[in-house]
Amino acid sequence: MRRLLLPLALLAAPALADPTTPPSALADTQLRDPAQEAQARALMTTLRCLVCQGQSIADSDASMAGDMRALVRSRIAAGERPAAIRTWLVERYGDYVSYDPPLGPATWPLWLAPVALLVVGALIARSSFRRRR
Amino acid sequence: MTAELGLAALWLAAALAALQVAMAALGLARGQAAPTAAVRPIAIVQGGLAALAMAALIALFLASDMSVRLVVENSHSAKPWLYKFAGAWGNHEGSMLLWVTILGLAGGAVAIFERRLPERTLIATLGAQAVIALGFYAFLLAASNPFARVSPAARDGLGLNPLLQDPGLAFHPPTLYIGYVGISVAFSFAVGALVTRDVGPVFAKAMRPWVLGAWIFLTLGITAGSYWAYYELGWGGWWFWDPVENASLMPWLAATALLHSVTVLATRDGLRAWTVMLAVVAFSMSMIGTFLVRSGILTSVHAFAVDPVRGRFILVLLALYTGGALALFAARIGTVRAGTTFTLVSREGGLVLNNLLLSVILGVVLIGTLYPLVAAEFGVQLSVGPPFFNAAAGPIALALMVAMAVGPLLRWRRDDAAALLDRMIWPIAAAGFTGAGLVALAPPGVMPLLGLSLAAGLAVASVLPVIGRNPWRTPLFTWGMVVAHLGIAVSLAGMACDSAYTAETLIAARVGQPVRVGPFTVRLDGIKPVIGDNWSALEARLSATRDDDTIVLRPQSRFFADPVTTTSESAIATFRDGQLYTVLGRPDGEGRWQLRLWWKPFVTLIWFGGGLIALGGLLSLVGRWRRERRAAVREAWA
Repeated sequence: MRRLLLPLALLAAPALADPTTPPSALADTQLRDPAQEAQARALMTTLRCLVCQGQSIADSDASMAGDMRALVRSRIAAGERPAAIRTWLVERYGDYVSYDPPLGPATWPLWLAPVALLVVGALIARSSFRRRR
Repeated sequence: MTAELGLAALWLAAALAALQVAMAALGLARGQAAPTAAVRPIAIVQGGLAALAMAALIALFLASDMSVRLVVENSHSAKPWLYKFAGAWGNHEGSMLLWVTILGLAGGAVAIFERRLPERTLIATLGAQAVIALGFYAFLLAASNPFARVSPAARDGLGLNPLLQDPGLAFHPPTLYIGYVGISVAFSFAVGALVTRDVGPVFAKAMRPWVLGAWIFLTLGITAGSYWAYYELGWGGWWFWDPVENASLMPWLAATALLHSVTVLATRDGLRAWTVMLAVVAFSMSMIGTFLVRSGILTSVHAFAVDPVRGRFILVLLALYTGGALALFAARIGTVRAGTTFTLVSREGGLVLNNLLLSVILGVVLIGTLYPLVAAEFGVQLSVGPPFFNAAAGPIALALMVAMAVGPLLRWRRDDAAALLDRMIWPIAAAGFTGAGLVALAPPGVMPLLGLSLAAGLAVASVLPVIGRNPWRTPLFTWGMVVAHLGIAVSLAGMACDSAYTAETLIAARVGQPVRVGPFTVRLDGIKPVIGDNWSALEARLSATRDDDTIVLRPQSRFFADPVTTTSESAIATFRDGQLYTVLGRPDGEGRWQLRLWWKPFVTLIWFGGGLIALGGLLSLVGRWRRERRAAVREAWA
């Protein structure tokens, strides 16, 4: 995973992170419309900061996370849907950037796991009841 | 000299662990008295030697001995005393030494205090304990020697990660490790009982205090770790579903399930195979936790060193222990007789439901944590985070809360569903009333609404078992259960309040400018520089006013020189109804300062509940101990 982080960070650097410029105002300033801010906040907690130690961009001091917050807020303010912003980011940085794994062949086992576990567990529990009775 | 002493003690302890395995095997195979009699004293001395090695390492850190590599790489002579002391385990080698020290001391404690188990089972238990210890000694001596010297000695050390320079470091790792190791003792008991085919109530009663003790420490460790992350990271979050957090949560979930199934085994002689299986799973989870955290496979504040050899070593240990235990389980489980019978609607049935739901949550967390690692092996890069865990584990956890409300109101062996519904009237009323009231007054989201309603119902249900009973004649362990379940309700209420009612204000403020957050008006009075032991900082003075009461908060932005780092030190004011959380960010170059302010109603309930849960465990432990002592005294008189 570490091997992956560096190239990703380099890839991201020109687009988002430039520590020499002052942080964009929207990195740490809320949108005026509370509904929009709530949307932005919900999205930010599910986006991964690409240069941090497993933190979302909503909980990170890294300047890149600040830039990504600014990006999310400005696009929400421009009326874009959160799902569209996520798709845009995933197209650029890959699924790694989203904490919400997409539904697809690669993640069927993941998303089906809870149901499968519940069914198997219930079967084990039920058969043990029947046997004991 | 101290370093050589420590290393010698470590080698001797390892040799004794090997001897302990050999003697236990000999004693069990041949039934001879001499090797059997040697096992207990060897276990005690082995624990003492491990403790001596740890003490030597702590002495080296306190003396800032810069001829020892570990001290050079992780300490600095200008560090405050407490962080030199705790810094001894704030690194890979030291933390592994702490692990094995606690393991050795626990083995010694079993050798000294355990009197209930048949001698053969005890010898097998101590043998298993020594096998585990041997693996970790080998790991330390071969791949992680904490006592290695550097020549020539360094002028000074490189310092400790400033995020770790917090009193939490003195408390959080030892607490969690005691929990992990306590579970390893439970595992050794299970292995011992499998070896001698002795799975029954006596085994369950001998294992229970270790499970309870481990569970109390895990609970405290997780609660403290969560609060530490909350105030140290400076963004107001208290749980991130970070792999390292999951690594501590998984053993806790397994230990919680084990705690309940061991009660069925001790009280009703049921769930024999399942209890043994859970002990194996719980230990595997603490090994996986150690592997995830220590191997450097994850990028985290906990991953001190990236060294693939170490990762592989722990992985091999994990495979050997878990695989060996599962093989033993498979070979012997046929000889474990089925336990007593029970029907679906009964206390046992409730506990089976508890175990089912806890195990499913455990499975979900395990799969979610490992999935990105496995996917990466197939060339797929993805992240699994809060959206998955909340969606997958949240509903099951809420179902578990319902089971927890109902369970203690069920009778052992057989109960009546209609009578149960009668007993549940008050909890259901409390949940309904709370839900309706919230919707009418301040509607939260769906999950917080469910959470708060369930918390109210669970709080009422959890105290019902002691309502109408003479409090002094109610056994202490019943109080323990009541307090622990109440703690879950309290914690759940705190989580739901935090997610539903937190008010956030992010602003670049000028000095003197008033800012609203929740019911407070916060004013930035000024910024001044301050100097600490090994840091300098900019400190903001904020005055927060609510209803004519004003308090002052001083959040800081700290700069450390060794190593060069900036951290934000949040300032938190605690009130009866919540916390005001303030963080100072960067200046914008035009005279304004970035402030992050949160009003978090009732957020403290999360950790207060965690404390109650641990207190419940403690009451239960003391209660069981007193009852057994009384029984022993009665026996002595009879």
